[in-house]
Amino acid sequence: MAETTGALGLTAAQVKSKKMKSLKRFIPIYVMALPGLVYLFINNYMPLPGLVLAFKNYNVKGGIWGSPWAGLSNFKYLFATQDAFIITRNTICYNLTFIVINTFCAIAVAIILSEITSKAKKFYQSAILLPHLISAVIISYLVYAFLSTENGFINNAILKPLGQEFISWYTEKKYWPFILVIVNIWKSVGYSCIIYLSTIVGFDKGYYEAAAIDGATKWQQITRITIPLLKPTIIMLVLMSVGRIFYSDFGLFYQVPRNSGALYSVTNTIDTYVYRGLLELGDITMSAAAGFYQSLVGFVLVLSANLFVRKIDRDSALF
Amino acid sequence: MRLRNSKHMSRNNKMFQIICNGIMFVLSACAIIPMLLLLISSFTDNDTLIRNGYSFLPEKISFYAYEYVFQSGNSIISAYGISVALTVIGTCSSLILTTLLAYALSKKDLPGKTILTFMVFFTMLFNGGLVPTYINYTRVFDLKNTFMALLIPGLLMNGFNVLLMKSYFVTGVPTEILEAAYIDGAKEFKTFYLVALPLAKPVVATIGLFAGIAYWNDWQNGYIYLTTRTDLYSVQNLLNRMIQNIQFLTQSGSSNTNASVGLSTIPSVSVQMAVAVIGILPIIVVYPFIQNSFVKGITLGGVKG
Repeated sequence: MAETTGALGLTAAQVKSKKMKSLKRFIPIYVMALPGLVYLFINNYMPLPGLVLAFKNYNVKGGIWGSPWAGLSNFKYLFATQDAFIITRNTICYNLTFIVINTFCAIAVAIILSEITSKAKKFYQSAILLPHLISAVIISYLVYAFLSTENGFINNAILKPLGQEFISWYTEKKYWPFILVIVNIWKSVGYSCIIYLSTIVGFDKGYYEAAAIDGATKWQQITRITIPLLKPTIIMLVLMSVGRIFYSDFGLFYQVPRNSGALYSVTNTIDTYVYRGLLELGDITMSAAAGFYQSLVGFVLVLSANLFVRKIDRDSALF
Repeated sequence: MRLRNSKHMSRNNKMFQIICNGIMFVLSACAIIPMLLLLISSFTDNDTLIRNGYSFLPEKISFYAYEYVFQSGNSIISAYGISVALTVIGTCSSLILTTLLAYALSKKDLPGKTILTFMVFFTMLFNGGLVPTYINYTRVFDLKNTFMALLIPGLLMNGFNVLLMKSYFVTGVPTEILEAAYIDGAKEFKTFYLVALPLAKPVVATIGLFAGIAYWNDWQNGYIYLTTRTDLYSVQNLLNRMIQNIQFLTQSGSSNTNASVGLSTIPSVSVQMAVAVIGILPIIVVYPFIQNSFVKGITLGGVKG
């Protein structure tokens, strides 16, 4: 109240000087924002013009701007090769499999954890979350301890006693889709069940008490109460992951197969292809074209997934 | 009748609890067993490892791998130093940048706030990818083969953390308190430091944790940007290099006598495992203390995508 009467009593000059004063007041705030904004500019915005490389014939001397234009020929080359199909197929199919299996396991684990009343609950949760905190390099060591041809646990401790031939895991393609799915679940189920678990914990206990009085079994309570109530969360999280379907976990696909050439056709994703093109093969133009393809399609997918989420529940959308 | 029914129910419940605990016990074991194999292998005699492979029940135990690491492992100790320095410096810088920017964006009446927030947000939707980023950092900034290459690309700050913290400042730090502090004569920065920051402690801890783990586990920056300065390798980079080197040694072992001599004198297999154990160790040690904060952070982030 006092403020309004004060404002009414001001002359134009006074209003102006007050405005200036308030702008002045914001200077320290802009100064606080500056370092972060500078970093975002350097890390996220300065590289963007470099996307133009996908349409150029890059040479080191010319750099980004001095190299000659190539039109769409880089993309023509890229999509004429088998590679474009393989990396797109691998990226999308692995991600879809991960989403389906991961969602299923995460929900199952979250429900089981929410039902457990003993003190061990905390231990279980810690144990299954731990793999999420381990770097891809070390995961590759863990997998190697099991799969190494000469020294690996599976060949030596399981196949040898059974009288089976050793399997050369790092050159046999057919096993890798399974290995990668298993490693991915091992790594991420503890993480992805957390959000489901915290949602379940928030449910009204009244539903369950009422159902128990009516004689509902645990199984009925789970299928008729918990899962229907979880539905919005499930839809949201699945849509979010679908939006990221064009991006793959570089560590998983590069480190875990130990960059084994014999496995490329089942382990090469867009991210590993771009990396190898740039730093191992020196084929920057192909790499840039594939990177551009990923940025563009990835952007469209993230946007569409968000629009869907927004339609269902405004608060859960990114924007 | 009712009594019998409830007795029946409680027996059912007990059964249900046993099954649930059983399943979770097996899953927890599956999560931990690979790490156990790693740990046991690092304590296994190298010749036993080569003869029998990795095993949970080794024939012969040996501490030689660790002795070797601490006696002759100069590169291992220096890599450890780099990892620690990187994690500490990285986490602190990351927190400073993130909290300052998030606080600024949380000011309701800040002119230009919408456009600045969008600038932060857009980085989550679209990015240039590896090739333009690499060219930017190597050609414009010349970060190749410097410590900065480990610190700066990608990890220093991300839009997601900024927006997470910003929404915490908006909802968790009442404007009235800030205004009262400001009128009390504290300057803007002092208000932030003495009033807003202590109130935001939980989210600061969580984001610091995310940043710390990201820095400790990162291997890509070193892998991409350190081509000649192997003395700047972090533990992860060293481990990565050891995969390649040992593979290289075994590949050329038959034709190159030097390589096979080197391979037989170094307890290569158990040393690899010992270094991997040393690499996980800090995470395992701090894990019980950070776990709650970590889980809270994931839940917090989950609400917003």
